[in-house]
Amino acid sequence: MAWFRRKPEESEGAARKVVIQEGLWIKCDACKEIIYRAEVERAGRVCPKCLHPFRITSRERIGQLADPGSFEEHDAGLSSADPLAFKDTKRYRDRLKAARQKTAMPEAVVCGTCLIGGFPVVLCVFEFAFLGGSMGSVVGEKLTRAIERAIAKHVPVIIVSASGGARMQEGILSLMQMAKTSAALERLAAARLTYVSVLTDPTTGGVTASFAMLGDVIVSEPRALIGFAGPRVIAETIRQPLPEGFQRAEFLLEHGQIDLIVDRRELKDTLRRLLAFFADQPTPPA
Amino acid sequence: MPDALDFEQPLLELETRIAALQADEDPVRVRDEIRRLEDRLDRLRQRTYAGLTAWQRTQLARHPKRPYTRDWCRLLFEDFLELHGDRRFGDDAAIVGGLARFEGRSVVVLGHQKGRDTREKIARNFGMPHPEGYRKAERLMDLAERFAKPVVTFIDTPGAYPGLGAEERGQAEAIARNLRRMAALRTPLVAVVTGEGGSGGALAIGMGNRVLMLEYAVYAVISPEGCAAILWGDAGKAPEAATVMKTTAPDLMRLGVIDDIVPEPVGGAHRDWDAAAAHLRDALRRHLDELTGRSGDTLVAERYEKFRRMGVVAEE
Ligand SMILES: [Zn+2]
Repeated sequence: MAWFRRKPEESEGAARKVVIQEGLWIKCDACKEIIYRAEVERAGRVCPKCLHPFRITSRERIGQLADPGSFEEHDAGLSSADPLAFKDTKRYRDRLKAARQKTAMPEAVVCGTCLIGGFPVVLCVFEFAFLGGSMGSVVGEKLTRAIERAIAKHVPVIIVSASGGARMQEGILSLMQMAKTSAALERLAAARLTYVSVLTDPTTGGVTASFAMLGDVIVSEPRALIGFAGPRVIAETIRQPLPEGFQRAEFLLEHGQIDLIVDRRELKDTLRRLLAFFADQPTPPA
Repeated sequence: MPDALDFEQPLLELETRIAALQADEDPVRVRDEIRRLEDRLDRLRQRTYAGLTAWQRTQLARHPKRPYTRDWCRLLFEDFLELHGDRRFGDDAAIVGGLARFEGRSVVVLGHQKGRDTREKIARNFGMPHPEGYRKAERLMDLAERFAKPVVTFIDTPGAYPGLGAEERGQAEAIARNLRRMAALRTPLVAVVTGEGGSGGALAIGMGNRVLMLEYAVYAVISPEGCAAILWGDAGKAPEAATVMKTTAPDLMRLGVIDDIVPEPVGGAHRDWDAAAAHLRDALRRHLDELTGRSGDTLVAERYEKFRRMGVVAEE
């Protein structure tokens, strides 16, 4: 299929950035194969050739995990108040506005209640396309309210993370969301309620260093980048290239940092089995 | 003048001139000149330190002669006994901890530790802990709780170390776990930002019932250099980044993140360690006294409410 051959001006770096191109065909970021878009969609946005999971929106994720029609969103009316009146090369307010337009989402996390395999849970899903899924006051507040709601309703919590970490534009207040969410999870644990943390590509910084690594069970998608420091910062600090596969889910599993790696198409079933176990109930049929 | 910051230079020059005059063999002849220069020095000092920028405060917070955790321990406590190791992997010299007596009471002490000379700087990894440092801190908090001792922490780090071993051994998990540990701690915890409060690596020992900050200390979600590199594509914009991120003690007081600002001697803690320690001693005594006698349940509930309120959101 000669018309798919890469044009000479397409550099390797530029090609890597292209995850999903417009049109019928997609180039896989991981195996570089050209694949049929409809086939990818059918597979839950996973490469049919190498099983690489593409980044998906929070809405798609909720669609894959929640029992049909069961998801009820909470706290959708929270938005950033720009507490520092922050401006770098752009105003934070303008960045927020652009992110809202681009994603049609009010903030970087969606929180609500739903059923998964018939089990009621609180489900929070990050929207990476919204300012890199970064955690500012709103994300921290929504997660904390969600955890508190789970305690009140006596149901487990599932958080699907995809985030570059704390949001710089809200300064120290973003950092404090790490403390706030972790404290809420301590209360959840004291109430003997399960928390399953699902890590997806990428989960780094203050998100990893707070609620994302506090799961009773920590699940990751294959190949997801997971770490405290970003790979670029580490490479600059140690002044040497990073080993192949460093900070990928498989690396974390090997080093004892996570419980299991689950293919996206198996994720809902895995969550259902976990929920059944902690509810001390037989796993319902799929 | 070695180790002088750029804005300290004019002050130090005046001090040098005064010292030279004071060495004059005819004191009467130079008395008026000395008085005149001392007046000028006073006015210049007041002016300089009343109007410090966020970046100048960052420089003071990082001053190589500023007291570090072990110095504070020596200045504030009687009988500090350092304890070592996380019992799992190693002993991280970038976090020190141990047992101490503070004005007649036993306290567990924790803090980041920077090095003074090149060899010690390297040994202490410039105050940037690995996971084992945070796990040592967790172990000492367990110890404090078991024996009902308050915990005092000193925060002074550029951040948790971004390296291969740190990631392999779970830097993020170590920090996260400490946050949850502190949320549940049933004894008083007073955290003091003494120098640089660098992001999650600082917060990992900073969830106090009280969080104090020295007058010229800074505390931020990311280093000004890191912020500048990401947002401006130029680490040289660090002074601008420090300003817009609101990293100073008065900023953090306004944002409701800290409870008290501990005054420093004019010119900064590095100019007079004893005076700096006297202020910190007063503040520590006051806050520990207030927290003493509260039940574990109360301390945990108060700490929860304190951090629960942090953040500003708009709600429809
Ligand atoms: Zn592929």
